[in-house]
Amino acid sequence: MSGHMASSSNGGSGSGDSGAPRRNSKRPKYSKFTQQELPACKPILTPKWVVSAFLIIAIVFIPIGIACLLGSREVVEVVERYENECIPPAYANNKVQYIQSSVDKTCNISMTIPKRMKKPIYVYYQLDNFYQNHRRYVKSRSDKQLKSLKNENDTSSCKPEHLATNGSTIVPCGLIAWSLFNDTYSFSRRQNNQSLTVNKKGIAWKSDKQKRFGKDVRPKNFQGGGLRGGGDLDATIPLSEQEDLMVWMRTAALPTFRKLYGKIEVDLEANEVINVTLGNHYNTYSFNGKKKLVLSTTSWIGGRNDFLGIAYLTVGMICLALAIGFTVVYFVKPSYHSWSEALICGAWPRDLVIQPFYHGTEALDRTKNAFWISFDGIHLAGTSHLICNFNAC
Amino acid sequence: MTRGRIRARLRRSHLHPFSCLRPNANNEEPHPLSGPGFSRIVHCNRPDRHLKKPLKYCSNYISTTKYNIATFLPKALYEQFYRVANFYFLVAAGLSLTAVAPFSPLSMIAPLAFVVGISMLKEALEDWRRFAQDMKVNSRKASVHKGDGVFGYKPWQKIQVGDVVKVEKDQFFPADLLLLSASYDDGVSYVETMNLDGETNLKVKRSLEVTLPLEDDEAFKNFTGTIKCEDPNPSLYTFIGNFEYEQQVYPLDPSQILLRDSKLRNTAYVYGVVIFTGFDSKVMQNSTKSPSKRSKIEKKMDKIIYILLSLLLLISSISSIGFAVKIKLQMPDWWYMQPLNPDSLYDPDQPSKSGLAHLVTALILYGYLIPISLYVSIEIVKVFQARFINQDIQMYDEESGNTAQARTSNLNEELGQVDTILSDKTGTLTCNQMDFLKCSIAGTAYGIRSSEVEVAAEKQMAMDLEEQDTQITNGSRCRKSAHNSWEDSRGGPEIELESVITSKCENDQKPAIKGFSFEDNKLMDGNWLKEPNTEVILLFFRILAICQTAVPELNEETGMFTYEAESPDEAAFLVAAREFGFEFCKRTQSSVFIREKYTHPGQLIEREFKILNLLEFTSKRKRMSVIVQDEDGQILLLCKGADSIIFDRLSKNGRVYETTTAKHLNDYGEVGLRTLALAYKKLDESEYSAWNDEFVKAKTSISADREAMLELVADMMEKDLILIGATAVEDKLQKGVPQCIDKLAQAGLKIWVLTGDKMETAINIGFSCSLLRQGMKQICITVMNSDAVAQESKQAVKENISMQITNASQMVKLEKDPHAAFALIIDGKTLSYALEDDMKHQFLALAVVCASVICCRVSPKQKALVTRLVKEGTGKTTLAIGDGANDVGMIQEADIGVGISGVEGMQAVMASDFSISQFRFLERLLVVHGHWCYKRIAQMICYFFYKNIAFGLTLFYFEAFTAFSGQSVYNDWYMLLFNVILTSLPVISLGVFEQDVSSEVCLQFPALYQQGPKNLFFDWYRILGWMGNGLYTSLVIFILNIMIFYNQAFRAEGQTADMAAMGATMFSCIITAVNCQIALTMSHFTWIQHLFVWGSVTTWYLFLLLFGMLPPYYSEDAHKILVEALGPAPIYWCTILLVTVACNLPYLAHISFQRCFNPMDHHIIQEIKYYKKDVEDQHMWRRERSKARQETKIGFTARVDAKIRQLKGKLQRRSSTLILPNCMPSPCQ
Repeated sequence: MSGHMASSSNGGSGSGDSGAPRRNSKRPKYSKFTQQELPACKPILTPKWVVSAFLIIAIVFIPIGIACLLGSREVVEVVERYENECIPPAYANNKVQYIQSSVDKTCNISMTIPKRMKKPIYVYYQLDNFYQNHRRYVKSRSDKQLKSLKNENDTSSCKPEHLATNGSTIVPCGLIAWSLFNDTYSFSRRQNNQSLTVNKKGIAWKSDKQKRFGKDVRPKNFQGGGLRGGGDLDATIPLSEQEDLMVWMRTAALPTFRKLYGKIEVDLEANEVINVTLGNHYNTYSFNGKKKLVLSTTSWIGGRNDFLGIAYLTVGMICLALAIGFTVVYFVKPSYHSWSEALICGAWPRDLVIQPFYHGTEALDRTKNAFWISFDGIHLAGTSHLICNFNAC
Repeated sequence: MTRGRIRARLRRSHLHPFSCLRPNANNEEPHPLSGPGFSRIVHCNRPDRHLKKPLKYCSNYISTTKYNIATFLPKALYEQFYRVANFYFLVAAGLSLTAVAPFSPLSMIAPLAFVVGISMLKEALEDWRRFAQDMKVNSRKASVHKGDGVFGYKPWQKIQVGDVVKVEKDQFFPADLLLLSASYDDGVSYVETMNLDGETNLKVKRSLEVTLPLEDDEAFKNFTGTIKCEDPNPSLYTFIGNFEYEQQVYPLDPSQILLRDSKLRNTAYVYGVVIFTGFDSKVMQNSTKSPSKRSKIEKKMDKIIYILLSLLLLISSISSIGFAVKIKLQMPDWWYMQPLNPDSLYDPDQPSKSGLAHLVTALILYGYLIPISLYVSIEIVKVFQARFINQDIQMYDEESGNTAQARTSNLNEELGQVDTILSDKTGTLTCNQMDFLKCSIAGTAYGIRSSEVEVAAEKQMAMDLEEQDTQITNGSRCRKSAHNSWEDSRGGPEIELESVITSKCENDQKPAIKGFSFEDNKLMDGNWLKEPNTEVILLFFRILAICQTAVPELNEETGMFTYEAESPDEAAFLVAAREFGFEFCKRTQSSVFIREKYTHPGQLIEREFKILNLLEFTSKRKRMSVIVQDEDGQILLLCKGADSIIFDRLSKNGRVYETTTAKHLNDYGEVGLRTLALAYKKLDESEYSAWNDEFVKAKTSISADREAMLELVADMMEKDLILIGATAVEDKLQKGVPQCIDKLAQAGLKIWVLTGDKMETAINIGFSCSLLRQGMKQICITVMNSDAVAQESKQAVKENISMQITNASQMVKLEKDPHAAFALIIDGKTLSYALEDDMKHQFLALAVVCASVICCRVSPKQKALVTRLVKEGTGKTTLAIGDGANDVGMIQEADIGVGISGVEGMQAVMASDFSISQFRFLERLLVVHGHWCYKRIAQMICYFFYKNIAFGLTLFYFEAFTAFSGQSVYNDWYMLLFNVILTSLPVISLGVFEQDVSSEVCLQFPALYQQGPKNLFFDWYRILGWMGNGLYTSLVIFILNIMIFYNQAFRAEGQTADMAAMGATMFSCIITAVNCQIALTMSHFTWIQHLFVWGSVTTWYLFLLLFGMLPPYYSEDAHKILVEALGPAPIYWCTILLVTVACNLPYLAHISFQRCFNPMDHHIIQEIKYYKKDVEDQHMWRRERSKARQETKIGFTARVDAKIRQLKGKLQRRSSTLILPNCMPSPCQ
């Protein structure tokens, strides 16, 4: 039962009582909007625009690229892989057992500073093949619990690391906190054996400290879930002070990631050798993950990152090439197209256009190549002019 | 419309012996009504009896709404989720409540709810509008008997079965009624059934004799009666029932039934009893759902969605296999995930099970490949587009007060892809307004004014004086000759400018009198008295004035009579007679009164003609006669009818003027006029009375074949006639039709005319609207003649037609001249063979190579069949345009049906997808709106897929870095907003406002329209191009971000980027990149586009800012992300800039390159416009325009081109003979 018949009676009524006023009311009101005549800018890619657009991109991008590259080159970065070096030869074939055993895991390595490093020097640990972005892992945390004491029991999202063996809740719960990175580093200069303080403050986001990790929440039953994961937390310090945890809880996007360990707030000279005493506690051996210690300065673009500059330069160069290419093309080709050029080969001798009126045949004989006739006399109701093209081959 | 005084009560039955066959009630048995299907009982004037079962029938309340309050939710929801994409999202939303979902339930459900909510809101609004319309109908007032002979007004919806209703002139019947009595004494009334079947001629209804006394309100005081009749059914032309009244039973038939939605005409009032109400009424039973049509683009879009769904399935499988492998091989080593404490989703021991669960996760996660808001955005856009069509002031017809109407909005873009137009003729190309133009009396042709066809033909042929002598009107135009060498063989001056090609200017010779354009001093103002055959001329005029069934009405203001006739031709005759001085002024029971002006000079004599019999016009008889007795007692039979019929019935001595009249008739036919022949015969008293006895006997006979008998008797009378002349009436072309056809032809559209008219008329209309021109090779396919057909077997006829088609195809194939144009003309009878399965493809193959096709004498069914043949045979988009009920089939069959809301009722409009009030608006509808809508929708859909691929794939790439675990790098909220807020408005503004060129340019360059039929904007090349662009964008966004934020600190304070920072950066890149992309795609920026595009980008940052301000409870890891982490980091902004540019660079280069080396048509025009060349360089502009005109073969432009080619050919010949006398003409063409 659709309505076309019934609405026909509506239509009928329209014709039945269509008085003059009714008619006029149906007349659409003129507005620029309904008539689709709103003023508009209609940018089109004329040669001038094309070339200048590419040129502008090139002009902007190349300097940015150079700046990025310079910024990146300014950064001094020392990377030291240590997960193998810190395995005693006895355990060389049995690294997992080593890391899980209770033997002393202190290990000494040294790093050479290639260039002068200005303070602050950031200390990072870098893990490899560690899926901090795995869904099971990412989900396993409770932001509510971290935030305030009253949500201490809000651990449903923390499975399977939500309850301690004794049945009480774990604070902070979840796999992320549970697998807290716990290698420790301490640095000293080889020259004078002067130890370098690592400042562990200020490595987390301020908002994490202030808003996301509660001042009244203290670790509880941490690592008490039967299985032992990563590091321990000092139960006396509220979470808002546990910056290592905060950094760790900011899950990395990629399986290879660096996290901030601390800052060394003295300058290091070139060729200086730094002794690192590290506590190699963290198990990356089960999944063949690499562990690296990184010392790096930063510049305005952050750490060492040539890619950004190179990418900028590449895009800039491509645009420059395009700009030049198009300029050449436009010089070779006339900047103005026309339908006839697009459709028919051969240029039309414009001077042979006979205008405005053409009678007789003399001109036809005269201009055998190509010409136009404009029939001004022809009135085509609306089309007042009509040009006909005589292409005499 | 007050028509003044109430007409004298008349008995009208003698005017209509055929349709008013009154069953002789005493003799005829009532219908034996029994069994199922005849259960209805109506107690007349006792509506109270119908209040409870089983006599309680449905109320007169009608509802055409799709939903009601209770069914709205389930039905509307069902419709929404019937779409595959929406269903997918529903399932995804359902699954998002379980643990497998990668997102929070909210982020799945909210967009879906939003999208579905908007669609349902639209449905609800549309339904509400329907409801309001219904209410308007339901609350219409009708006069109903309230008891004690008092009538009072009641709304229609309150009318019940059994009510006695009084309906006045020009009112609609509120329900199906049994006619009891009418203002005419004999219960005859006239009904216009335009709304039912589209026929404008009046139908005669008459009441039973027994109810005639019920002629005023009082009479119904004690009226009772019972009607037993058939149950409600949709058949408009049948009715079976009995009427029990005063202990007698009378049979009822359709002539007593007044149907709802038809209109009372020419009758002051009628009384009737309500039989069927509301949905029981025939008209409601008849309502059919018009087939729902979908545009080609949408169908293709579905395909793309399926492609994307397969892609989705593919990457989900990759993902889940990867996941299963990782979980099996590596997860046991990932101690930090406690593999020993697995849950069902991550169980290293059951990787396949986990993998399967993960497949579901992945399917949901990558769901962003499917643009959820696509359907709803398209719907919104189409509503706007339809509004623009409805509001277009240039498609508003001042005369009828109608605007164009997009009755369905889902075909807007189809308007831009039309390849073939199938047009009705009458009422569509012509206005169905008849003007008396010429006549031939006693072998002399009168009337000097030319028909429009003549004017057009003359102008078209206006070569020079010399050639004008060899006029067009000789010989058949229908040549099957291989080549028409006529043009080449003529001498004379070379160039004759065709001064005026179009038909009359609007202002020149508009007939002062509607229906009368005759101009000839020999007949006007009584001058006919000086003509040789005065007697015959007198008789001629009298036939015009007397042989009719119209009713005169005095227009009080002008003192002139106007005539209410059953057909426009008849009205034209009466007007003509009046102008000639034979004014039909009064009709009484048995007489017609004519005021004759000139027969007695200086005196106005009113003559009375007694109408003894009237043998009315039926389509079968094709003639009508009256038998009159004049004041001298002379009995005359006056007859008018189709020439062939009349010519067959001439007596031997009646053929004096036959040859000349036949020639004139032929001439009139040539120039597109409708002709009738007029004849008479004298009867003597005895002859007449003998015949009349027969006639009365036949009339009163009871047998079933009474009608046949009547016809036979009538036939006996209507012979041995004496021919006196013929009339020619012009069916005027609608305003602007030739121009419109010319433009449409330039736009590359093929136009087929399907008409019920005869071949000559059709061809002439073809000429007058430039579908045909001289020099076009006409291919006529006909079966030889009717006699031959009867003898030959069907097979032979078919073979003959097949031969004709083959020959013609051969001829077309062999044609060397690239400018040669062919026209195919085929008649209905031949078509019925040509449409048979074994021949139709052959026929179609021929038809498509012809520039124009005209099918004449086709039935409505054949119109639909031809339409289907073209639609299915060519696979291209067809548009059918028509105005009458006979076009409904064609309109519904075609891809797009356009109804002309003209005079012929609403049927075509109701069945159509678009309605316009004039044919000429078709140009704007197609060339402007169609062109725009097509491009808009096509670009919009492409962009939709682009943006969703660009976004969705980044999710997939990221999976590879998360061990396929189903973790998304973006915050749920970002994703929630992506489709709904951040990218939807720009694309909607693209769909609503984009214009490649302005409407004037569209009209000036109709060739631009070809981009639609060629489907340049939605072909697979382009779709895949956009998808590729999406793929590229996703890769660029992902790779650049990964590389830049790899593991280094991203800011001077040393922090590295975590997932939140990376996600936010990537998302920022996506938002900027896709919005810049759409800005590059657009070529028309109003403030709205600027607002939406740049507003969307701004909204994103605003959102990020505000979202970050929320307490971390809501914002989670996005807390203060912009303020604290990303905003201060230059690398963030550098990345966005780099990625945005890198994403759009190839597209920019591509379009620059395309514009330079391979510009599309609109590029060139844009460029000309941009440089203002059209103003500065008129030549250039015009040249472009003429170049833009593609190889048009019809329309007057083609005509001029053809002429010029021909002249040029001659010139070349001449010059070559002058210069190189021995050389052959240049073999150029």
